[in-house]
Amino acid sequence: MSRLIVGPFNRVEGDLEVKLDVEDCAVRSAQVVSPLYRGFERILQGKQPQEALVYAPRICGICSVSQSVAAARALGEAQGLGVAENGRLAIDLIHAAENVADHLTHFYLFFMPDFARDAYAGQPWHEVAATRFRALTGTAAEQALPARAQLMHMMGILAGHWPHTLGIRPGGSTRAVTANEQARMAGIVSAFRRFLERVLFADTLERVASLSSADELAAWCMEKPAPSGDFRHFLSISDALGLDGTGRAGRLFMSYGAYHAAGGHLFRRGLWRAGRSAPLDASLIAEDTANAWYAESSGPLPPAAGETLPGDGTGKGYTWCKAPRLDGEAAEVGAIARQLVDGQPLIRDLVGSGSGNVHARIVARILEIALVVMAMERWIQDLRPNGRFCDHAAMPDDCEGAGLTEAARGSLGHWLKVESGRIANYQIIAPTTWNFSPRDGAGNPGPLEIALEGAAVRPGETEPLAVQHIVRSFDPCMVCTVH
Amino acid sequence: MARRPFNLLWLQSGGCGGCTLSLIGAEGPDLLTTFAAAGIEVLWHPSLSVETGWSAIAIMHKVVSGEIPLDILCLEGSVMRGPNGTGRFHMLAGTERPVMDWISDLAAVAGHVVAVGSCAAFGGITAAGANHVEACGLAYDGAERGGLLGHGFLARSGLPVINVAGCPIHPDWLTEALHQIAAGRFDRSHIDEWERPVSYTNHLVHHGCSRNEFYEFKASAERLCDLGCMMENLGCKGTQARADCNIRPWNGSGSCIDGGYPCINCTSPGFEEPGHSFTATPKVSGIPVGLPTDMPKAWFVALAALSKAATPVRLKTNATADHVAVPPQDKRKRRP
Repeated sequence: MSRLIVGPFNRVEGDLEVKLDVEDCAVRSAQVVSPLYRGFERILQGKQPQEALVYAPRICGICSVSQSVAAARALGEAQGLGVAENGRLAIDLIHAAENVADHLTHFYLFFMPDFARDAYAGQPWHEVAATRFRALTGTAAEQALPARAQLMHMMGILAGHWPHTLGIRPGGSTRAVTANEQARMAGIVSAFRRFLERVLFADTLERVASLSSADELAAWCMEKPAPSGDFRHFLSISDALGLDGTGRAGRLFMSYGAYHAAGGHLFRRGLWRAGRSAPLDASLIAEDTANAWYAESSGPLPPAAGETLPGDGTGKGYTWCKAPRLDGEAAEVGAIARQLVDGQPLIRDLVGSGSGNVHARIVARILEIALVVMAMERWIQDLRPNGRFCDHAAMPDDCEGAGLTEAARGSLGHWLKVESGRIANYQIIAPTTWNFSPRDGAGNPGPLEIALEGAAVRPGETEPLAVQHIVRSFDPCMVCTVH
Repeated sequence: MARRPFNLLWLQSGGCGGCTLSLIGAEGPDLLTTFAAAGIEVLWHPSLSVETGWSAIAIMHKVVSGEIPLDILCLEGSVMRGPNGTGRFHMLAGTERPVMDWISDLAAVAGHVVAVGSCAAFGGITAAGANHVEACGLAYDGAERGGLLGHGFLARSGLPVINVAGCPIHPDWLTEALHQIAAGRFDRSHIDEWERPVSYTNHLVHHGCSRNEFYEFKASAERLCDLGCMMENLGCKGTQARADCNIRPWNGSGSCIDGGYPCINCTSPGFEEPGHSFTATPKVSGIPVGLPTDMPKAWFVALAALSKAATPVRLKTNATADHVAVPPQDKRKRRP
């Protein structure tokens, strides 16, 4: 048995190290290390509750709006305040623009460049893929970056700027839009649709969204030559490398429910466990610090009563990441979980009653781009420019609230406790805290740790390709993970 | 003869990555085209480069040893000195070594050192609260000289750390500075008293603010989402903050104030702990504590009283509305 330490693991958001025990050309076990601790939960203690809206988005530059939404929802619950309907739509649009941009950034900048690696030279698909997706010089980023930047003009209208808006409030958004701005936003999203339909899909969003099984997806892929559309390009490479057989984690998936317009969710809330739907009881969530660098606690703590007492980064444990568990079980979160829980037929067919894999995670994310952009088009039309965008209410001196939402990378929760007008406790569990959690006190590994077991390690590899695909298939956000 | 491309190495430490994310939204032209136009070659960037693990560490070793001359070192995020000065709150993955030690070694050989964002410049948000993680900037600890490298630090070029402060940065603030540096046209006259590029800090956020008419008449917003001036009640520091946010639009057209919320002076050292709520103006005897830059208090009080008395109904009404309730009116012709 030999040990590989892979780090700095780049093209993920933030810092990551992965420790691998390797035997017989495969990973036997893995430890996922989050090497950065900043302490936002302690920064927030003692501050006035609404100040969380300044600090929370700055936990993360890529999930900034998600952090704002979770904080605003926690505050709103504590205030007993509803959200003005226009504000709800505006917040969903801001949130959707971030999430779609994140999916796009992941695909073009973080994930696909690995197929341009020289290690794949000689594969029949390599030369074309390398020209298209090579880091920094590939032709794809030249098209994707301007399209992404133009989509972010939504932020200029609705949120002041991105990242780190202060415009998302418990009762709505601070920026009422006018009728002409509504028209401009429709134009921005149309332009983005055009990019997706010409460059990413080489087909209409409606057609992509209608694919309902692995067979239909395969047939769609065969309709045109492989490099027609970057999604098809991915599918052909994924097929050649058998990515549907790699990176299998657990069989429990969780979603808090995504986008809140019209009182419901665009993607519903719940669990998907080994091929079956189940309701989510968020009161069963607890964080375990048995293998993280924090002071000993009496056992896993529910976040509403959680604590963050960092140690000195030595001794027991191997990461700053706590291990969240749902009734003792690790859960995978992200686009794949959202679509499984929501009942999206293609993703349910790709996963069946089994676990996720590299291929299905990428397909879920790309499919979600199509679904969310179509929803954005509807939400823009639903805005009522002359109506109210924000409601207000006082903050009680003593109260509690939880804010649950879905970031691009999965389930994000904030738990807030206010005493005598000040924040007494603030706990955050981010998507990658779930996915990249360490072993818990019972020795159960986190989703990535499971997914890496069995990954192929070719002779001489110091950063095994399979490991890189698996890690990046989760689109980890490490700055959120530990915060 | 074409000169050797300027190379750039980017490290991230105690921050959120938001300055990189803002940067990749650069437009006119996009970031990759900007680098090419400036003759900048990215040696390594955590979000953009192919190299991972050992191949990334190998680049850093070669830079430290001098085998690869380094032109520009960018740091994004605070320097993490805790706990107890060990730097263990951020070890560089794969190296068992604190990131702060890597930064020191790389800065020592860099032609230019650029702090990207207020965290790397001054400590920023990560240094908020009791700063129990001992976060600081490259050449400042908050507003105090020092930081990791010491305030007397000079890069090989002879320039101090260039502080592209902001939370986040506007993409242009950095791309313009990098372009000037690579062209050999960035000198001490291009930085202000906090070593921030004057390209944006010679302005106040107040310049070009779309609420200027409300400011002139002290027609003030009372709640976030009101259209009026946010200085009197909602904590806006636009009249003191140094940046060109209302001249140079964000994400196509925006700014904090245009987004309906106050400027929090994020380019300034110590902005993370203002000593009062970010969205409420501290006052003494009803007069805001933070007066506009360069404005004598007596003048401000006198002018404010005068202009308040003269506030037109239109502005008074619109200041506390979230849509324009009373539009401007041409005296020659009434609206139907």
